[in-house]
Amino acid sequence: MLRGVSVELDKGKVISIIGPNGAGKTTMSKCILGMVLPDSGDIKFNGESVLRKHAYRSQIGYMPQIGRYPENMKIRQVIEMVRDIRKKSAVDDELIGLYRLEEMYDKRMGALSGGTKQKVSAALAFLFDPQVLILDEPTAGLDPFAAEILKGKILKEKKKGKLILITSHIMSEVEEVADEVMCLVDGNVMFYETISELKAQTQETRLSRAVAKIMREGYKP
Amino acid sequence: MNKLIKYVLYDIVRNKIIVAYTLFLLLLSIGLFHLGGSPDKGLLSLLNLVLLTVPLISIVFGTTHFYNSYEFMELLVSQPIKRSKIFLSEYLGVSLSLSAAFGIGVGVPVLLFAPGATGLFLLLTGIFVTFIFVALAFLASVITRDKAKGIGIALLLWFYFALIYDGLVLFVLYSFGDYPLEKATLVLTALNPVDLGRVLVLLNLDVSAMMGYTGALYKSIFGSGWGIAIAFAVMVLWVLLPLLSARRVFQKRDL
Repeated sequence: MLRGVSVELDKGKVISIIGPNGAGKTTMSKCILGMVLPDSGDIKFNGESVLRKHAYRSQIGYMPQIGRYPENMKIRQVIEMVRDIRKKSAVDDELIGLYRLEEMYDKRMGALSGGTKQKVSAALAFLFDPQVLILDEPTAGLDPFAAEILKGKILKEKKKGKLILITSHIMSEVEEVADEVMCLVDGNVMFYETISELKAQTQETRLSRAVAKIMREGYKP
Repeated sequence: MNKLIKYVLYDIVRNKIIVAYTLFLLLLSIGLFHLGGSPDKGLLSLLNLVLLTVPLISIVFGTTHFYNSYEFMELLVSQPIKRSKIFLSEYLGVSLSLSAAFGIGVGVPVLLFAPGATGLFLLLTGIFVTFIFVALAFLASVITRDKAKGIGIALLLWFYFALIYDGLVLFVLYSFGDYPLEKATLVLTALNPVDLGRVLVLLNLDVSAMMGYTGALYKSIFGSGWGIAIAFAVMVLWVLLPLLSARRVFQKRDL
């Protein structure tokens, strides 16, 4: 899926990964998590290779595109299990409160709507105050109100100096929260730039137009 | 790891299949002991049925469980745990719960109606066969992502070990009947865990007198403590081989 992608991601930034369907956005986040193993190359986290390791994942919060959970488990049990595995009592339960998940603690995961599952995924990703957040199309499926809460949370965490990776298709949203944009096309990095730089280059005021222009005319650094 | 096994067990116990399996074995065992007349006869019929059903249920349940736990494993893989730990917890969760069902369903009636060494061998064989066939089930499930294909492979494995293999052995014995085949049959037995279990129990039942020269050879080998130890060592190999190869595949696979 990915070919010769070589990037360095710094903390304290929100980086948005964009690109057409099937360009390798999800694969890239799964590679960082060790869910997909690269055929060649290396992935480093704080200067150390993550291949065949697992401990580094305690520093990562992951929100999958489609959260899939054991159907028979209740919300409470899922949260407790992850807490159990991380051997850490929850630190940041702000999203659990904002999404009022506690009221639904005894519902089975299988009985939840897609949006509610997304809320659980989001709450789990932020729960342990990780240094890195990987959010795969976080607002897809969330109602506008919940999406606003999540965006607020993302900006709040950025201020704490975290690295936040977001894959998204919604340009207005990218513009709202991200500092930098990485565009993947067919597994290659087409460009990786700050939003202001992109706008300046294309002389457009909106990110969506700027990106469309680059896609059409090709990227000239 | 213990924590993970706890969650796997929790998931399985909520599944009513395991309860049904226990009851089925319980009814089967009690029924056979009542029908058979003598406890030895009961054990013999029980052995044959156990060696047919336990592998089947273990391999089918193991495969379906693996595919049904995909979400669970996906959730865990993004957490700070080793993949091999996730895999082994799943394996132990399934094999321990199936063994417990077997222990209750067959163990209790055996203790009540036919306590003794033979009964113990039957129990040990059943538990080993459970572990072996769950390992084979996991191997079948990591080979392919398609659930239907996985179950197909699992069923084929069961067919092979429970039915086809014996046919092949009979064919070999018939075709080469003019040659001394004692050693060859011994090897052939070790190559199928179901047969190995059967021989172990049969030799304890003293029906080996009816098995001719091969029976005598078996008796001289499996009758001693060493022979039994070797037989069980082979069983352990039968657990480890598919289990470790399945773990290897699982660790290198994209999820």
